[in-house]
Amino acid sequence: MNASNTTNTDTSYIGRPVNRVDGVLKVTGKAQYAGEYNTSGLLHGIVICSPIPRGKITSVSTSDALKVKGVKKVFTHENVKGLPWFDLSYKDMELLPGSPFRPFYSNEILFSQQPVALVVAESLELARYASTLVRIQYETAEFETSLERNLKKGFTPRRGKTGYEKPKSRGKAERALKKADVKVEAAYFHGAEHHNPMEMFSSTVLYENDDKLTIYDKTQGVLNSQSYVTRVFGLKSKNVRVLSPFVGGAFGSGLRPQYQLFMSVLAALDLKQSVRVTLTRQQMFSFGHRPITWQKLELGANKEGRLMGISHTAISETSRFETYTENVVNWSGRLYECENVRLDYQLVPLDVNSPLDMRAPGAATGVLALECAMDELAYALNIDPLELRLKNYTEIDPAMKRAFSSKNLMDCYKQGAEHFGWEKRSYQPRSMKDGKHLIGWGMSSGMWDAMMMPARAKARLTPDGKLTVSSATADIGTGTYTIMTQIAAETLGLPLNDVTFMLGDSSFVFAPFEGGSSTAASVGTAVLYVCQNIKEEVFKLAQKIDGSPFHNTSIEKVVFANGYITSEDDPQQTIAIAEVLQRSGVKFIEEKSTDLKLKNLIKQGKYSRNTHSAVFVEVKVDEDLGMISVTRVVSAVAAGTIINPKTSRSQVLGGVIWGISMALHEDTFLDNNLGRFMNHDLAEYHIPVHADNPEIEVIFVREKDEIINPLGVKGLGEIGIIGVASAVANAVFHATGKRVREFPITLDKVF
Amino acid sequence: MNRFSYTKTHTLEEAIHEVIPNDGTKFIAGGTNLIDLMRANIERPDHLIDITHLDLHQIEETEQGGLRLGALAKNSDTAYHELVQKRYPLLAKAILAGASPQLRNMATNGGNLLQRTRCYYFYDTATPCNKRIPGQGCSAIHGYNRIHAILGTSDYCIATHPSDMCVALAALDAIVNVKGREGERTIAFNDFHRLPDDAAHIDSTLRQGELITSIELPAKGFEKHYQYVKVRDRRSYAFALVSVAAALNLDGDSIAEARIALGGVAHKPWRDVEAETFLQGKVAEPENFEKAAEMILKEAKGYKYNMFKIELAKRAIVRALTEARDLQTPEPLNCYTYNRHHQL
Ligand SMILES: Cc1cc2nc3c(=O)[nH]c(=O)nc-3n(C[C@H](O)[C@H](O)[C@H](O)COP(=O)(O)OP(=O)(O)OC[C@H]3O[C@@H](n4cnc5c(N)ncnc54)[C@H](O)[C@@H]3O)c2cc1C
Ligand code: SF4
Repeated sequence: MNASNTTNTDTSYIGRPVNRVDGVLKVTGKAQYAGEYNTSGLLHGIVICSPIPRGKITSVSTSDALKVKGVKKVFTHENVKGLPWFDLSYKDMELLPGSPFRPFYSNEILFSQQPVALVVAESLELARYASTLVRIQYETAEFETSLERNLKKGFTPRRGKTGYEKPKSRGKAERALKKADVKVEAAYFHGAEHHNPMEMFSSTVLYENDDKLTIYDKTQGVLNSQSYVTRVFGLKSKNVRVLSPFVGGAFGSGLRPQYQLFMSVLAALDLKQSVRVTLTRQQMFSFGHRPITWQKLELGANKEGRLMGISHTAISETSRFETYTENVVNWSGRLYECENVRLDYQLVPLDVNSPLDMRAPGAATGVLALECAMDELAYALNIDPLELRLKNYTEIDPAMKRAFSSKNLMDCYKQGAEHFGWEKRSYQPRSMKDGKHLIGWGMSSGMWDAMMMPARAKARLTPDGKLTVSSATADIGTGTYTIMTQIAAETLGLPLNDVTFMLGDSSFVFAPFEGGSSTAASVGTAVLYVCQNIKEEVFKLAQKIDGSPFHNTSIEKVVFANGYITSEDDPQQTIAIAEVLQRSGVKFIEEKSTDLKLKNLIKQGKYSRNTHSAVFVEVKVDEDLGMISVTRVVSAVAAGTIINPKTSRSQVLGGVIWGISMALHEDTFLDNNLGRFMNHDLAEYHIPVHADNPEIEVIFVREKDEIINPLGVKGLGEIGIIGVASAVANAVFHATGKRVREFPITLDKVF
Repeated sequence: MNRFSYTKTHTLEEAIHEVIPNDGTKFIAGGTNLIDLMRANIERPDHLIDITHLDLHQIEETEQGGLRLGALAKNSDTAYHELVQKRYPLLAKAILAGASPQLRNMATNGGNLLQRTRCYYFYDTATPCNKRIPGQGCSAIHGYNRIHAILGTSDYCIATHPSDMCVALAALDAIVNVKGREGERTIAFNDFHRLPDDAAHIDSTLRQGELITSIELPAKGFEKHYQYVKVRDRRSYAFALVSVAAALNLDGDSIAEARIALGGVAHKPWRDVEAETFLQGKVAEPENFEKAAEMILKEAKGYKYNMFKIELAKRAIVRALTEARDLQTPEPLNCYTYNRHHQL
């Protein structure tokens, strides 16, 4: 039986705005995070980072630091020996081509803020103090960190990391663009952004005899951390258990093991003691970031507004040691119907740390440029921006020439526009005003992948009617705990309170890291399957017990709901699920979803699987002083089945706010004279505060998908941010008549 | 953070006499700036004197008809004080435009005056900075200087003083009362902060070991026509790119007295008496405001990323003066009405 067609009873949880099952733990401070686990004798490590972007360490003096009572050891490249040099040992599931950064490997400096030493002491304060006594001399080499100055030095990556799709051009874009009646051409630019989750990266390594480690790590994938640690330090998997039950946000930054994991394990193994290393906020700017990207868009249309040709070039930075890739330009070939598309994606290696996936990597960047250019085209054509999108709407994926498993972007446009009141918009820029403020309305489309990755789940039902389901997945604040509990409870017809979902433990069955908005679909399907297996087992037992009403009934003819199995034909024929186990005398029923491959793979392969959105934004701009406020946002999202409208809405709200941030605030400023990010704290690295955030309306349009997975779930983590920054930029144009193509749009660019 | 010793003092005399006259001893009040700087290894005092228990919390009227603000009165208690709200709403508004409620609840009036610049390079010990280590050079002049000064800069430093409160205090002609081993003295607000010249590491004219005891407001509060305009990158919890404290006494249509102070443009709150004198007797209209703005900014010098501040400051001056002129019955200020004022 499919979860979505159980009859409507109390235990039908899918689609209901169930409160977070871990909510109470979180608001009462009982949810423990990686840096909060304690044990007696725990040592603390403080990391020292390089002030220079490139060069060599010429000398290290640790004697003053070591003189401080309570300081255990200072680790640097000079005394860390015997670790593998082999790149493969340091690879993680992101699988970036190149040579991963190996902490303390040599005296070479590859990027500013590179970790160069770890001071371990009996207390955090001691470690911090001693770290100021370590003297390190550097010799700076020539370096280059400016993308703008090196746009001509780009190369086209032959391959990329996990999930990279090489962009494919089609048709004859150049010719089509030449022949187009109306053409726009524009370049867009955005700087670096750092994830800055509330929780700093931290690992607490609990050391047991014989190099057995229990590690509490901030990560989006415990198995990723576990495999990294075992390979780098030559440990057996059974001796390394990684736990991450709660994560205070990650947004992609936890997709790769960060260096505090390496450092804390190194110190724990060396000192044979438990160690914690927590990064500082400043150090949260020392690892990956959304890459600085320059883009050029050319759009050509006929007089009626049909797209004739698209050309999209993106040039991003990467480090000199790894090739970090994103799918930036691909979206321009997929969002609208167009025969002639030229796509070009290049990378410029610079003396920076490797960029890192950040919420909607690639799409947040590429769709931003595409959708700003679409707005520019609408104005060049003198037609309404929404109308332009509708004229070029595509029912099939024009890049793959195949149908979508489902696509209801149309309703996103319609309902979004209606709720926003788009029809009342006056077309001309600078035509709407409120006192000293110019009002602007802008819109944008959004698109993201609906990914499925192989995942497993394990479930155990006991005679007290309690179900425990587990999987090595993560909940980075997205609501995984809650929706998995909902899926399991509904599938077996058990009350929510009788179901416990566990995650974030490398001893659980396999799940990939939580990324790409794939968890709800991937792990959700595994949970569904394993609960269906349990259900079948329960039903078999139910048929066997004395006087069973179901001797001659098939499982299709009964309903599992409210803790009971009930005949569909005769509601009198009913038995409690717990009773089945009790009367059968079994201790428990346990099942694993064994099938690592996805069912339906072949069928799914015939379809493109994506989520879509339409975003409508109102801004007000102080005409004299340039201060911009976003005053209203309507975000309409098509993402298949919405398991939990409440947690889903939260995901989209977060995405919208981040989109506003991308449009107006966020920028880690790279000083190219020093090769260093300068505004590395939350006072100067701006994100919107409450006072900046408007009313945000989130609409989930109906979208039934019978191909993607049995639940019809597509995932929601990223789609919320995509298209928001472009809608804001387009609204700023409508308000001011100024096209700002360099993000963030700070007030000096419009006043 | 380095090793330091710490004492809590209970009397003013004790506090002053504990100070050994070298840079190693520091007073600590709310700690919202000092602790941050210590953690970043920028301030490295070897001794801290906690002054929060001194009897300097009062806000009281002076014999001259003004108001004395205790150095240890909290920024929020000051902004919400009945007399400040009624008689010096410009000051209340400027304070409420700064930082966040949590910070204002901790921050003291004395500490606000002595908070240090927010220049990125000053905060990052990996980069050269004359204010941190004299003679090292200034990274900002050729670096990312979007938030930096356009008036009164030197080749050594182009940092700004970040306070909002001080901009209003400058406009109101406040006086700073200080006490040291050599006794008490008063410092006119305009003389309190200094320009960087070739000694960027010195922010003010306060001598080592001197303690601010109070800030005194003269009787004139400009409560009928005032405005504090803060232009910033987000609506709260951001320092001013440019801010203007404007105060007017009107005589019909014409200006009897004008005060204009600018924040975010210089190493100190910027007053221009010449421009204020120019406005005296003139009709209170944008044309004259614009002329005054031109006068104030005529010596301004922009750098690569902060050129925009010159025009922005002019517009902010005109906006502040115009709104000060047009002010109707003001409503009591709190952070909510403050935000509403600035709600678009
Ligand atoms: C993130 C952030 C944002 C902020 N935003 C703003 C803003 O927008 N606008 C704004 O105006 N401010 C802002 N502030 C700054 C805040 O107003 C100051 O930190 C605060 O006013 C300092 O007061 P304090 O009592 O905490 O000083 P402390 O940190 O205790 O001391 C600061 C300095 O003053 C000295 N000192 C303190 N009291 C005395 C005294 N009585 N006599 C002599 N010396 C003394 C100390 O020795 C120290 O050198 C912000 C601060 C932060 C952290
Ligand atoms: S502007 Fe002043 S504070 Fe900033 S780097 Fe230059 S000297 Fe230092």
